[in-house]
Amino acid sequence: MNKELFEYVIRIADDSLILGQRLSEWCGHGPILEEDIALTNIALDLIGQATNLFEYASQIEGGDRNADQLAFLRFDREYRNLLLVEQPNGDFGDTLMRQFLFDAFRKPFFERLIACTDLQISGIAEKSLKETKYHLKHSSEWVIRLGDGTEESHNRIQNSLDSLWRYTDELFFENQVDAVLLDDFNFPKLSEIKEDWLKNVELVLDEATLAVPDNNWQFKGGREGLHSEHLGKILAEMQFMQRAYPNMEW
Amino acid sequence: MVTIEKIWKFLEEVADPEIPVLSIIDLGVVRDVALNDNQCLVTITPTYSGCPAMKYIENQIIELLEMKGVTNVQVKHVLSPAWTTDWISESGRKKLLEYGIAPPVDEVDKSILFADAPKVACPKCGSESTRMISLFGSTACKAQYQCKDCLEPFDYFKCLK
Repeated sequence: MNKELFEYVIRIADDSLILGQRLSEWCGHGPILEEDIALTNIALDLIGQATNLFEYASQIEGGDRNADQLAFLRFDREYRNLLLVEQPNGDFGDTLMRQFLFDAFRKPFFERLIACTDLQISGIAEKSLKETKYHLKHSSEWVIRLGDGTEESHNRIQNSLDSLWRYTDELFFENQVDAVLLDDFNFPKLSEIKEDWLKNVELVLDEATLAVPDNNWQFKGGREGLHSEHLGKILAEMQFMQRAYPNMEW
Repeated sequence: MVTIEKIWKFLEEVADPEIPVLSIIDLGVVRDVALNDNQCLVTITPTYSGCPAMKYIENQIIELLEMKGVTNVQVKHVLSPAWTTDWISESGRKKLLEYGIAPPVDEVDKSILFADAPKVACPKCGSESTRMISLFGSTACKAQYQCKDCLEPFDYFKCLK
């Protein structure tokens, strides 16, 4: 099996899975009915993307583990998701800011990933991009509404931005996996995506009257399996059913 | 004799479980039908990645075709080319409207921020004076709107391109 390709697919899958799980925690707790529905709809898109990716990862691996086993039966150190997506929901503004920073990355990422030479990954990217555009529109509009809203909403979402900013460098983290695969598969160069990302993020933050934080302290580790304390807790909840009732099916 | 044309015709009887007024043919999720050596292969594609109806639709296809005497039915799922609302048939659009769901209208790319929401006519009274309540609705493929004239809230089958 191609170990690097497996890891590359698992990264994208884990980002979708963990953020999808986080968003589904809002189910029944949204501030208004429409947002309860919106956040869980986005969660459903993300879990759907994760399913497609895990099924492909399972094929790459040779079928030793199926998609469910990959999603629910790995240990925390084996997850490759970004630290950003595992951060707790916080208040509604924290959730939407986390979503915005991620969506603004996902859109240019999928746009470029479509051009890769692996047809399965390209197909998933094409499908996911259409959904991501809706997610980004939704999260951008909320960032603007809260940022350019009342003094209270402005201050709170500025705080959300300040505390989440330190996880944004990691969006563009590359390691050996990228070095081995980039040329063969024509995968996106993350450093190039960063320019696009920053341009769009600044555009929205400007409209939202929010200030880009000037702290340079950045966390990394998710792509190598080194996570914050929050991942263990989310996995405990997520994996309970599969561990309590091995091989259960819905 | 079972022919490919007949199978396409049969599949018009399989309804989308979430919008039962639409068949899977109207919706454009059936991409291909192939027959060879007593095997029938139906290729379908999901509307959204997380569409929970895919397994159900697969089972319905197999059940219906076997009832019609088609044996050895297989259903294959493909993701590419990705489904678009352009594939909803004319009759599908009409059925949606009659059912009370506004069919998709051509709209600007949703990646363009600050653009006006698309003009969606109210399926109840036809007024174009409507407002979007939320980009997301009762299923992944719908948004929520309200008519400003008759005040009716309604679902809009959102454009996916």
